[in-house]
Amino acid sequence: MAKANKRMLKKKIGNNVKKLRPAKTEVMDHLDRLEAQSIYIFREAFNKIEKLGMLWSFGKDSNTMIWLAKKAFLGTVPFPLIHCDTELEMDEVYAFRDQYVKEWKVNLISEICPPIETTDPSLPHSARVAARKTGGLKSVIAREGFTGIIAGIRRDEEATRAKERYFSPRDHEGQWDAKDQPPEFWDQFMTDFKPGTHVRVHPLLHWTELDIWQYIKRENLPIVPLYYAKPYGKFYGQDYKGKMMRFRSLGEKGITFPVASTAENIDEIIEELKVTKVSERSGRPMGADTDESSFERLRADGYM
Amino acid sequence: MQVANEKEREQLKIVIVGHVDHGKSTLVGRLFHDTDSLPEGKFESVLAACKKRGMPFEWSFLMDSLQAERDQGITIDTSQIWFKTKARDYVIIDAPGHKEFLKNMISGAASSDAALLIIDAKEGVREQSKRHGYLLHLLGVSQIAVAVNKMDLINYSQKEFAIIEKEYRAYLKSIGVKPTFVIPISGRDGDCITGPSENMKWYKGPSIVEALDHFTITPPLSAFPLRFPIQDVYKFDERRLIVGRLESGSLTVGDELVFSPTNKSARIASIENWPDQKQGAKNPISASAGMSVAVTLDDQIFVERGQLASRTKNAPFLTNLFRGKLFWLGHEPLAKGKKYWLKINTCEYTVEVKEIEKIVNTDNLKIAAGGNVERNSVAEVVFRVRGLIALDNFAENPKTGRFVLVENYQIVGGGIIDVKGFQNLRSERKVKSTNLHVVENRITPFERNLANGHKGGVLWFTGLSGSGKTTLAGELQQRLFARGYQVYVLDGDNIRRGLNADLGFTPKDRSENIRRVSEVAALFADAGIIVITAFISPYKNDRDHARAAAPNAFHSVYIKADLKTCEKRDPKGLYKKARKGEIANFTGISAPFEEPENADLVLDTGKKSIGECVALLVDYVEQNLVKPVEQAAKKSDYTGGADI
Repeated sequence: MAKANKRMLKKKIGNNVKKLRPAKTEVMDHLDRLEAQSIYIFREAFNKIEKLGMLWSFGKDSNTMIWLAKKAFLGTVPFPLIHCDTELEMDEVYAFRDQYVKEWKVNLISEICPPIETTDPSLPHSARVAARKTGGLKSVIAREGFTGIIAGIRRDEEATRAKERYFSPRDHEGQWDAKDQPPEFWDQFMTDFKPGTHVRVHPLLHWTELDIWQYIKRENLPIVPLYYAKPYGKFYGQDYKGKMMRFRSLGEKGITFPVASTAENIDEIIEELKVTKVSERSGRPMGADTDESSFERLRADGYM
Repeated sequence: MQVANEKEREQLKIVIVGHVDHGKSTLVGRLFHDTDSLPEGKFESVLAACKKRGMPFEWSFLMDSLQAERDQGITIDTSQIWFKTKARDYVIIDAPGHKEFLKNMISGAASSDAALLIIDAKEGVREQSKRHGYLLHLLGVSQIAVAVNKMDLINYSQKEFAIIEKEYRAYLKSIGVKPTFVIPISGRDGDCITGPSENMKWYKGPSIVEALDHFTITPPLSAFPLRFPIQDVYKFDERRLIVGRLESGSLTVGDELVFSPTNKSARIASIENWPDQKQGAKNPISASAGMSVAVTLDDQIFVERGQLASRTKNAPFLTNLFRGKLFWLGHEPLAKGKKYWLKINTCEYTVEVKEIEKIVNTDNLKIAAGGNVERNSVAEVVFRVRGLIALDNFAENPKTGRFVLVENYQIVGGGIIDVKGFQNLRSERKVKSTNLHVVENRITPFERNLANGHKGGVLWFTGLSGSGKTTLAGELQQRLFARGYQVYVLDGDNIRRGLNADLGFTPKDRSENIRRVSEVAALFADAGIIVITAFISPYKNDRDHARAAAPNAFHSVYIKADLKTCEKRDPKGLYKKARKGEIANFTGISAPFEEPENADLVLDTGKKSIGECVALLVDYVEQNLVKPVEQAAKKSDYTGGADI
């Protein structure tokens, strides 16, 4: 009987049969655990949500997210990617996009965002640029009929994001009600929603900025070179006078700025993050410099 | 190319719970400041925000950074934030204390390794403190440190602290929880946060940070029996991939898996990965708890989302009844007889509340029996599942021993499973044949019974024309249908119109008519349906044939009424025509009626009313078609858990 089983197995799996001995218990490390949880969330979303789209901003987080999706779906990304394009991304970002759309063989929808005149004039200028993205997202959702949008936000990025759920419902206007979120526990997610609403899925919610960089290093993922420090001179109205700077977070020209840093490679970035006390989005004020609540207002209206 | 991961620091998740205003957020702000974990400029920006509002520095603003919270002064949602001690990294989940926001506290507490529970020294042990302690116990958080906060407001009194400590320890002990530490602190002034306090030299125990560093991270359940809930089946290429996360145990290529509840088995042919061989990576040959995996099987058996894979030995409990100790978050009360959508791991079922055994008052632990379970209450409830469900006792496997309930797109409750006193139906599911393919696509009568809650069966009514067969069949059908039974009536109307349209009324055709009805009825019964036939069927021979067609499911019911009564009723005027000789071979007039000798049930419609007869029929159905199913699945003998 045992022999028959072994023979049958050999037929199925070929020469691997020799290696069939109980492996020593593999212990997952911190990044393995984060990865396994993200894969679980991707697979839940893909099974339960009818029409999914995933936001790709070409930054470190969304590149990591695509990589995790490919792990979850064994090499394919079985839904389209969406870029809400303000046509104000840095040149390096567009170059990165053009290279990896081809290399990763992904289906990318580039949605040109509505002009700034369509946004709330009471918001600070930088927040209005961000609000254009919300406008672009709303129109691509309406046109393509997405019922689920996967976004690479993380809890440690920003206080309002700390309160997010993995599966976060949005009403028909795309709005987020932070005060009445569904309970979420034991990895049981709300995946059925009233018609007319959609859901935001956040597979990276539990990662930190440091986790992302350690993972990029471990998996050898490509990134836009703007993340590495180099001397900056005059830059969109600022003059850094040749100081070493790098981008912590990527965003639009004129509203996103480099921060002082000497980290010229991934190892140095990781070392820097272990000791830094500067917040990740410090180069992206989005109006927080003038109005502490503007980011929360943006998010309530549907910003990522 | 993979670079070896650096030795990483441990990361422990702690939830901070407590009554509203007992100072959780203040403590968190203090923890951040005193462990030097604050981001640059954060302290200054909060200071500026406080100045703008014309108030002194407020520690809690560090955490409660949503505008709405600042205005209300309470934490609205679970918020996560990271800080470091010398020993390791922490994720703090701040859970709101306001009663309204219990669901958020649960969202936070359910994912944590340990809990920090805060009590206000000035207010003492309150209802909320007890409720939170009870919920932590229900959520399986067993590492608990209790912080008695605002010691500055009671002049750092050792005596008053001792009273609170004693009362709360006694409460936790009564619910089976052992708090690891009870610590007197002042969040505002920073006493006993990172080290000993000048103000409380009498306290020799650990500070908050020391207590936290003492806790351990919940390890994955690798040493437990294998539980692999199937999340999906992918066919992106030629491979058929069974994907999911191992909740417990481990698996290796070549292992035999049994899938519950279908009870089919196959061996693992491979564990697939990406990047794969094409990218120079190797597929793993084993995986353990916590990993999200994709496997292929050596046999193309039917597998779908919701099934639970395990080994044959130590397979999960199979049942259609279980008890849940649950917390209820629904706006509408949970009530007996109501149906909900149940989720355990990846499987989903409709369940019905069979019994509300107890409602627990978490304040004084008083138990009320019956009644409805109101929002924010805790209760023990027996659920009946349509079909067989694979699950575990929470005490044996916390990951597969818990569930949530959904109603109207909302999670309305969650709980842990207790199967004490219920029978494991796995023994009933033994595969009868060694050749798996024979039983592959079949649904057994047992499975149909469980799905329907009753057996299939033929209730064969026999009796003279006008005895009441059609009336009773119709009434019984209505009654059973209203109770959720699968039921159907076969009579001359629906049979002679189609299936038997080619038959007349000669003795030979009448016999053939009954033969066909017998076979159809047997098929209905086999399909799990209760079928009621309403034909005169006067000949013993024909009735015997009908019984033979469904030997284990046949029930003969003699609808008895004497000829005089029937002739008086004569609903279709047939007796009149028969007497005039217009109808030949009319049973009772010109053809014999062979009275059944051993009918399973005799109903004399001359003596009993329609209502009485239907009541007797419903009784008969419950005794013979329902009870056996319930018994097979039912608790044998339990006295309820006196352990809470």
